[in-house]
Amino acid sequence: MTAYIIRRLFMAVVIIILVTVIVFLSIRLLPGDPLIIFLGNQATSGTITEEELDRLRIEYRLDKSLPEQYALWMWDLLHGNLGTSIYYHENVGTLMAERFPITLHLGVLALILNIVVGTLMGLAAAVRRGTWIDTVSTFLANIGVCIPVFWLAAILVYIFSLRLGWLEIAGYISPFEDFWLNTRQIILPVFCMAIGGLSTTARLTRSSMLEVTRQDYIRTAWSKGLRERTVIMKHALKNGLIPIVTVLGMGIGMVFAGSVIIETMFAIPGVGRLLVTSIFAQDYVVIQSGTLVIAAIIVITNLFVEISYVWLDPRIRYN
Amino acid sequence: MAEVNTAIQEFSEAPPRVSEWKRFWRVFLQRKIVIFGLVVLGLLVFTAAFADLIAPYDPYLNKLEDSLQGPSSSHWLGTDIQGRDTLSRLIYGSRTVLQVGFITVSVAAIIGFALGLIAGFVGGITAAVIMRIMDALMGFPMLILAMMLAAILGGGIQNVIIALTVATIPGYARVMNGLALTIKQNDYVLAERSMGAGNWRIMLNHILPNALPPMIVLVTLQLGGLVMAEAALSFIGIGIEPPGAAWGAMVNDGYRYLRSFPILSIAPGVAIMLVVFAFNMVGDGLRDALDPRLRGIL
Repeated sequence: MTAYIIRRLFMAVVIIILVTVIVFLSIRLLPGDPLIIFLGNQATSGTITEEELDRLRIEYRLDKSLPEQYALWMWDLLHGNLGTSIYYHENVGTLMAERFPITLHLGVLALILNIVVGTLMGLAAAVRRGTWIDTVSTFLANIGVCIPVFWLAAILVYIFSLRLGWLEIAGYISPFEDFWLNTRQIILPVFCMAIGGLSTTARLTRSSMLEVTRQDYIRTAWSKGLRERTVIMKHALKNGLIPIVTVLGMGIGMVFAGSVIIETMFAIPGVGRLLVTSIFAQDYVVIQSGTLVIAAIIVITNLFVEISYVWLDPRIRYN
Repeated sequence: MAEVNTAIQEFSEAPPRVSEWKRFWRVFLQRKIVIFGLVVLGLLVFTAAFADLIAPYDPYLNKLEDSLQGPSSSHWLGTDIQGRDTLSRLIYGSRTVLQVGFITVSVAAIIGFALGLIAGFVGGITAAVIMRIMDALMGFPMLILAMMLAAILGGGIQNVIIALTVATIPGYARVMNGLALTIKQNDYVLAERSMGAGNWRIMLNHILPNALPPMIVLVTLQLGGLVMAEAALSFIGIGIEPPGAAWGAMVNDGYRYLRSFPILSIAPGVAIMLVVFAFNMVGDGLRDALDPRLRGIL
């Protein structure tokens, strides 16, 4: 087990290094002068002289060779320096630190909603297989996986904000400042962020529970005369929930991908919106570091997920 | 004697042999929802192919005097701010959906299958290098990787296709790698090897065909995800350039007029949902029909 964890840890480090290489090379090797990319519209509009370009080339270290550039960039990263944003003129680390708690706030709530409601829906559908509960839950889950979140958000804003006026259209205020306003602001974004993952969780739980209830030890549990609740909760659920750990891993990725769209729609100043703004401002420093941080978080989460498998399911043996 | 009897009994109870194709079609078309999905996809291909003939208006023609009309007999789904007919733009948008979906899936499948196959079959350092790069690419959420690439490459539909392809390849490679690793353990591969077959022959004649059924299911299910990703990108504003029609961008355009003309956002959203739903259902149907574990049950 320890050897396995050490090996996985080593592999995660390799993967994160590869992630940095991918991010680094995608900006350096794709068509176009990186400096022009870095400067965006300023350079193409001709407001910058040749000397200034040369000076900036040195400032951004573009006069050095690729390996040198990469090494220096990594050196900075390891010292916690994510670079200075071209658009915001601020350190990217600071920019991310301001926005991260907001994305995390929405993301964690969405993840909880995903797991609690998704599991219950899947469980109910599997236990009451073939009844109306199964039909309704499966139908909703099938709709949920194919509903475009931005569209769902638009419809919900139309109903609950514009027509009924119950919830806010957009914006984000810290829950410590005004808890109720914050709650009315985040209900729709959190729901929209959760819906895709929630439906996936429900589908996975259902099929996994159906698989488990066919096992011999469940038949044994029934034949011992145990109550339904004991059989389902104590014997079936424990094994049926293993896929949920996978969902948790995927959920982190979904939170970030979802935040891109949801935060843009609801004008929430989180990491996703920062990325979108940077793309349109052509701020490659932010795009580069932001993507890198997100990918690193996901790789680390997946590491924990894989390690927890062994701990949850002793049948899984790693060699 | 008793043993023989049970053997005969078991033999007579075995289902009569049915052709694989017949069984495939029977199981595949068993559920009505799969047929519904096939019909939706058929309609999608039809509208994309004959968009010029079906669309009642020119989807790119600005007619400001017709700006923002509700649904009427002349404009079934109303018009947008520039007076363009929503239904016609929806019909032309089906071309974007198919173009992005099928090109992405085809290119990603060829590259991803090849990488997974080679990694699974050759093993060793080659496999380690390929699969760790794939792992690294999978660390990026698809939408964010596609956004980063599209931002570097610039807008335009071909760059969206490139970005989505790069984001799709690792998933295919990983699944293919797993399948290749399992399939190569089979005795028929060993038999083939002992008859002197080379690596290429085994890979292309034995491993690939055996891996294809699950891969076809994966690809079909993925098509829904790609339609969604393309819609999301065009909703943010990355993708097909104006005045081109993309459903995601249409939802975004309509969002501003949500209060008075909700149909502008609702119609393209329903279209996206129907298509994604159809791909998912057809994928589910294919899975039921192609899964060997379900043989004898379905």
